[in-house]
Amino acid sequence: MEIGYYPGCTLKTSARNFERTALAVLELLGIKAVELSEWYCCGVNFSQVQDNLMLQLAPLRTLMKARDSGFTRILTLCTMCYNTLRRASLFLQADEERQRIINDFMDRGAASYRGDEVTVIDLLTLFREIGISEIGHKIGRSGIDLKVAPYYGCMLLRPREVAVDDASDPTIMEEVLQSVGCQPVAYPMRIECCGSYQIVNEPAVVWQRTRLIVESARQNGAEVMVVLCPLCHYNLDSVQLEIQRTDSRFQTLPVLYLTQLLALLAGIGEGNDWSLHSVDPRPILKAKGLL
Amino acid sequence: MAEKIILTHQKINGPDAEVIHEISGVNVFACYQCGNCSATCPAVDFMDIPPHQIMRNLQLGLVNEVLNTKTPWICLACLSCSVKCPRSLDIARVMEGCRNLILRRKYEYFNIHTLDSETRLKLPPIALIANFRKNLL
Repeated sequence: MEIGYYPGCTLKTSARNFERTALAVLELLGIKAVELSEWYCCGVNFSQVQDNLMLQLAPLRTLMKARDSGFTRILTLCTMCYNTLRRASLFLQADEERQRIINDFMDRGAASYRGDEVTVIDLLTLFREIGISEIGHKIGRSGIDLKVAPYYGCMLLRPREVAVDDASDPTIMEEVLQSVGCQPVAYPMRIECCGSYQIVNEPAVVWQRTRLIVESARQNGAEVMVVLCPLCHYNLDSVQLEIQRTDSRFQTLPVLYLTQLLALLAGIGEGNDWSLHSVDPRPILKAKGLL
Repeated sequence: MAEKIILTHQKINGPDAEVIHEISGVNVFACYQCGNCSATCPAVDFMDIPPHQIMRNLQLGLVNEVLNTKTPWICLACLSCSVKCPRSLDIARVMEGCRNLILRRKYEYFNIHTLDSETRLKLPPIALIANFRKNLL
């Protein structure tokens, strides 16, 4: 099966490991992700402003280009892109006046857009479609004994209208982990915010959040954490070494993209640039026979 | 003793309160002060007043008092408050309304030139762009 693929900025830079391993895993599962020939930055944060439609132009223009390329569905790996693109479509669909204003502003000659022509889906939804048992069958291994803390963060679950699973008690990542032979760890902080973009202005917020999240996962036995958001990955990973510098009792926890783990389980060794990790995941992966 | 607040009809229905309503689309008067938003907020420790007090101040027309707090600039837009509100109020939108009311007057809360180049190169694009979207207009 072919599906349109919207990468977004970070997948081409600091989240290269995510893109490479995700595309390899999808190929193994029989999905060809075709990158859109033209795409723009989505703006990362969905604009919550009701009265300024300008802020919706960037995500909507990408969706229009996707439609013009013949796609009715596009896949996003980055959860922030998913959230922004999906909410922009819903925002446009909800109101005809908005559609009129946006379309007046778009490129001359472009066919008008209603917001429902292209569906935006995330990786976990695609996994559910492929079938969890199918993933287990093609990727799973027995005897791995790796305790993995799945971290959902915000953008896959909130607001409710874009949630990819139950917004307060998701299970999809746990199901995937279980199917491939890992042990998902239950811990209370899995749907909490990592501190998001405050890493720029107020890094103390991210420090506090990372500490709580990592300690919660550690206390419940996690050996690695898996994420799907490049911002969560940066925050949860890079800050840990700084926390350890100020408090030597703090125990670090390697943070991987879910697809990095799946690729290694499937025996796909390439695609990982380990220098993009602050906490080195290689020792635990080697100990478990994955590297 | 707490400072005496003089409430007036003009204040409660003042132009700034109206603008926040227009930007956010949220009716702050529907809030009944249960405090769920503040209880669930992951960044509340860093705010000078918690989210439910922002809502209460706006109900009383104390818009300037709200705009002088750090709270809307600490908000992470994680929507924890919005999904937990028993009145289905999107409190994160109110925070966006407060930020935008200020940004529409002075255009920027954050100056990119204050970021040293080492930090700028270290941070991933996703963090920088999100930050600019929240703090600049």
